[in-house]
Amino acid sequence: MTTAAAAEPQAARAPITLGRWGTPIGLAIALVVGYLLMVIGAGAQGQEQFINALTIGGIYALIALGYTMVYGIIELINFAHGDVFMVGSFVSWWLLTTMGFSGPINDPVVLTVVLVIAFVVSMGVMGVVGVVIERLAYRPLRNAPRLAPLITAIGVSFILQNIIFVGISNSIVPSPQIIPNPLLTIGPIEIRLINLFVIVLAVALMVALHLFISRTSLGRAMRSTAIDREAAQIMGVNINWTIAMTFFIGSALAGAAGVVQGLYFGVTVFNIGFQAGLKAFTAAVLGGIGNTTGAAIGGFVIGFIEVLAAVYGYGRWSEAAVFSTLVLVLIFRPTGILGQQLADRA
Amino acid sequence: MTAMGARLQTPRAFLDRHQSLSILLGAIAVTLILPVVVLLPPFSGFGTQKDFVFGFADAGVYVLLALGLNVVVGFAGLLDLGYAAFFAIGAYTYAYGASNFTGLFVPFWIMLPVGAFVAAIFGLLLGAPTLRLRGDYLAIVTLGFGEIVPVVFLNAETYTNGTNGITGIAQPSWYGIFGVNGFGFTNPWPYFISIVAIIAIVMMLLYRLQDSRLGRAWVAIREDELAAASMGINTVTTKLLAFSIGASTAGLAGVFFSAKLSSVTPDQFGFTVSFTALAMVVLGGMGNIWGVTAGAFIIYEIQSQGLKQLQGFIDSLGIPAFTLGPITIDLASINFLNYQYLLYGLALVLMMLLRPEGLFPSRRRVRELHEATPDDDAIVTPADDI
Repeated sequence: MTTAAAAEPQAARAPITLGRWGTPIGLAIALVVGYLLMVIGAGAQGQEQFINALTIGGIYALIALGYTMVYGIIELINFAHGDVFMVGSFVSWWLLTTMGFSGPINDPVVLTVVLVIAFVVSMGVMGVVGVVIERLAYRPLRNAPRLAPLITAIGVSFILQNIIFVGISNSIVPSPQIIPNPLLTIGPIEIRLINLFVIVLAVALMVALHLFISRTSLGRAMRSTAIDREAAQIMGVNINWTIAMTFFIGSALAGAAGVVQGLYFGVTVFNIGFQAGLKAFTAAVLGGIGNTTGAAIGGFVIGFIEVLAAVYGYGRWSEAAVFSTLVLVLIFRPTGILGQQLADRA
Repeated sequence: MTAMGARLQTPRAFLDRHQSLSILLGAIAVTLILPVVVLLPPFSGFGTQKDFVFGFADAGVYVLLALGLNVVVGFAGLLDLGYAAFFAIGAYTYAYGASNFTGLFVPFWIMLPVGAFVAAIFGLLLGAPTLRLRGDYLAIVTLGFGEIVPVVFLNAETYTNGTNGITGIAQPSWYGIFGVNGFGFTNPWPYFISIVAIIAIVMMLLYRLQDSRLGRAWVAIREDELAAASMGINTVTTKLLAFSIGASTAGLAGVFFSAKLSSVTPDQFGFTVSFTALAMVVLGGMGNIWGVTAGAFIIYEIQSQGLKQLQGFIDSLGIPAFTLGPITIDLASINFLNYQYLLYGLALVLMMLLRPEGLFPSRRRVRELHEATPDDDAIVTPADDI
């Protein structure tokens, strides 16, 4: 959570050392560095690649938020989360193809309505799926040895993957790209509509989540449950409901990322969730697990690492680059780049 | 006389105490009985004895994998999700040591320990920086490692021949013992007997490890790392040993696997291998050497024979497609092999919820998993009401 997630009382809470403006300034510097690296590597296509990285990063960030929220509140790596994203992309695929769309919709009103339907339904369905998973597979094991829910999570991940595998398709499925693709020129920036849409949507959802967690009573309940579950319970927080809602929101965000996957890449497949989940988890760790702002930033960082690897001619190694980043972060700064919210006894 | 009498009265206790002997007897029994069982109906209808014995040798590879993963997951309580990486490393080690690719032809029996050693080194290399982290981080790092290793074997084409992998790997040989020189491709028996022998030796070593100071340290760490550390156990070294011993067993399996198949390609070592091994350990009973061995064998046979036979059986019934409301069910069109991983997933979840100690539990594990800690007596674990 944004302000806290120290599950153990003795765990030290790292003070935010950068000050109020530290994060924005750091972000601005990171963006400039990322842009320069893109331009050096890709020349004239630097800007396009930069936007591409932001878009992919936005998708990872949306998935990473769910990881970090769940880890923050019940300290479980929800391995099934990447697969929730994957199922979300299939829900959107199913909706759009059943409604009979296969290509760009040029009427802005129809497009808006269809997009709203796709996002609301996919996010709603995945949110419910997340709650059901939590209820059936994780809640009974909340006080079991730590290994037990981890193994269950792996099992759930395989169940989701293989339901799609046997039920829908065992190969790549083309998903309708309903957003038309004109090149917009905003001042000096040239950006395609879909990229603009994805980036704006991702940022908007993150801001909404931030406001939700910091301003609403359920958000406060989540934060207090993350800090100390028992104390929160004593203070009247309904723990089960709070955790269920955390799963709902996290899974809904993954569902949104799933819709974006179909819209942006135009394809989906039963096993994309595995890789995407790993990368998003890396993003969450990179940002300091339990920290939603960190997860969002980490998502963009992963997007940049991946695109930069491709720009510099190591596209086939981009996955290796991401996981090496994960290992290096865990070794040298297990608390993540933003300073951790969840102290680790190492 | 009395000692002898006591032994005769409780052979079970005797075998419990002399595990190496029981393992030896078990290995002999398996070698003698399994090939005979498959000659009896219904198994005799499923395939020739030769096919079955080949299948048993393949099952043996997974038994080794499960035994090694059991050290990491079952003994030390660390979740390793990239276990197939060490399997791959063992397989490629043998490919480098005994094929035209490098021009080296080191004998199989020397490459077995070499493969185990190389895998153990990689276990140390991966474990040393990451084992300081808490368990769930370790799980994700190993998952990443398990993804990277096949990618490296795929992309470093100069050294690994990329997608095509390394072919023409040398066969093992017994150098004329029992009249067998090269194992060849047609005779399953040398493979079967070798893998049973390798498994038996690994099991004996693991039993001795389990009862050693190190084995007790693993259990202590698994149950409470903080308490173990304050009792003077060096938790990092202890976990590192579990990790590299587990890796070395996967290395053994890898050497045998590539020698039997005579080729290695990067796509043989994906996440599904790690996942299958984990399912075997969990179903067999984490921490129980016999349970894991039996679990791995049974799961492998269900996967390689059972689902195929079920398919054939359903097809032979010739049930016509029937309709239930909007859903049309055509059993004949279902490919049961596709359901394999769905079943594993369900099995993992149900096992953890209902019977976390596995089908063949170790006694200690039952106690641990079913023991309620004083401050959570409000929480009823599913097993408590049994």
